[in-house]
Amino acid sequence: MPMLEAQAGTLHTMAVNRTQPGATMPLAVRGLVLDANGTRLLGPLDLTLSHGSLSVLMGPNGAGKSLLLRLLHGMIKPTSGEITWAGEPLNDDHRRRQAMVFQTPVLLRRSVAANIDFVLKQRGAAKYATRSGVLEKVGLQDKARQPARLLSGGEQQRLALARALATEPEVLFLDEPTASLDPASVLMIEEIVRAAQDQGTKVIFVTHDVGQARRLADEVIFLHRGHVLERTAAAQFFDTPNSHEAGEFLAGRIVL
Amino acid sequence: MQDFGQAFSLAFALVFSGDADLLEIIVLSLKVSLTAVGLSCAIGLPLGAGLAISRFPGRGVVLVVVNALMGLPPVVVGLMVYLTLSNAGPFGWLQLLYSPSAMIIAQTVLITPIIAALSTQVISDLHAEYAEQFRSLSVSPRHAVTALLWDARFSLMTVALAGFGRAVAEVGAVIIVGGNINHLTRVMTTAIALETSKGDLALALALGIVLMTIALVVTAMVMTMRRTATAYAYA
Ligand SMILES: Nc1ncnc2c1ncn2[C@@H]1O[C@H](COP(=O)(O)OP(=O)(O)OP(=O)(O)O)[C@@H](O)[C@H]1O
Ligand SMILES: [Mg+2]
Repeated sequence: MPMLEAQAGTLHTMAVNRTQPGATMPLAVRGLVLDANGTRLLGPLDLTLSHGSLSVLMGPNGAGKSLLLRLLHGMIKPTSGEITWAGEPLNDDHRRRQAMVFQTPVLLRRSVAANIDFVLKQRGAAKYATRSGVLEKVGLQDKARQPARLLSGGEQQRLALARALATEPEVLFLDEPTASLDPASVLMIEEIVRAAQDQGTKVIFVTHDVGQARRLADEVIFLHRGHVLERTAAAQFFDTPNSHEAGEFLAGRIVL
Repeated sequence: MQDFGQAFSLAFALVFSGDADLLEIIVLSLKVSLTAVGLSCAIGLPLGAGLAISRFPGRGVVLVVVNALMGLPPVVVGLMVYLTLSNAGPFGWLQLLYSPSAMIIAQTVLITPIIAALSTQVISDLHAEYAEQFRSLSVSPRHAVTALLWDARFSLMTVALAGFGRAVAEVGAVIIVGGNINHLTRVMTTAIALETSKGDLALALALGIVLMTIALVVTAMVMTMRRTATAYAYA
């Protein structure tokens, strides 16, 4: 996508200084299982993700994509199995180097700018330059003074992404971050995400949108009923997926 | 015993003449109740926030107790504070009985559970919404509490006003520990109780009018606060 790359270059001039890119990678998941009230929601599941490729997580509604992201980010504890980052179980230090944009963004009852400042202060540096930089990236610089809760749904999603970027994460989990965005905003977000990946952030991106997955993915992980049915390089996945279910999914036939 | 109409016109005359005795009583009432609200918030808000975000064995029991204490009858609080502060009581040596300080203590005891219980509710709701995002951002518990208190500020101001309304209107506690001593511990509610029984309906009515006005102002403030909060989506 030459257009995207050209624009990405001009849009993302903000320096990202990371001493050891990918210090928390690779991510290894072994025998991961999540049960709730005796029902198996996820797994058993094995997965290894490494630095340097943009992983897109696809699958029908209820496949377990959001749950998997929450497990990887340490928001919920697995019933069994282990998740390790660079060989260690997830700890607070790892999580500080990660950021997640949830499927439904939770914004503070403050102004747009104050929402960014809040995370910057958490990291010990509330720099005006950083704040206006990330807001400009997502096209919200004009709304900085506005209460965040009064933003439109799409603007709220963009603010949630800006907040995640403000922490300069090594790993960025995005749970359908463009679900309620207009086409222009979708492209804008995709450029930002691509640029973040190119600057050394590991991006794990959940989407249902086949077109979006095609544009973004280096590799696709296809989740179905709590299992990883396949993990395939993007170049192959969209034309010749390995699993029958993924083929049905790509063809627009629901596979639950 | 004055007749009804006479009492009313005298009362309004008192209110609008800025009678010195009347003013003294109003000022003391406000001083006592506002100080009590301030103290109750200083104790009740952190307690409420702590209860809202922590999970420990017995938390349910603590919540039930705090909520039950919301309904403490003022006379019972008055009696307990009286026993504690009387010469025979554990804090008798402080010599606080029949002073404004004793009234402040009694009202603080009365409304701290209200502030704590209501703010627990407010902050629990907000915490339920923020908790996962805060975990994701590695927000420390201290920062989380500050952020929750700040983001809930409009609701919490409403809570404080509810406490103030209860404090300024109660008579049972302050009459027992204050004694309604003229120029020392006489507040609006105790004066109304006493003057009514003495038959001086004009002063009682005048104070009643002031109390009603305060109640109206407090309600108006609560409503304005709610409206502001909603308008800025802080509610
Ligand atoms: N706390 C829970 N208790 C019980 N079941 C749950 C819980 N959380 C999620 N589930 C179930 O787990 C399944 C997977 O949920 P998940 O949110 O991960 O789906 P998803 O792949 O993200 O779907 P979508 O595309 O709709 O976002 C769903 O069927 C859901 O009902
Ligand atoms: Mg989901």
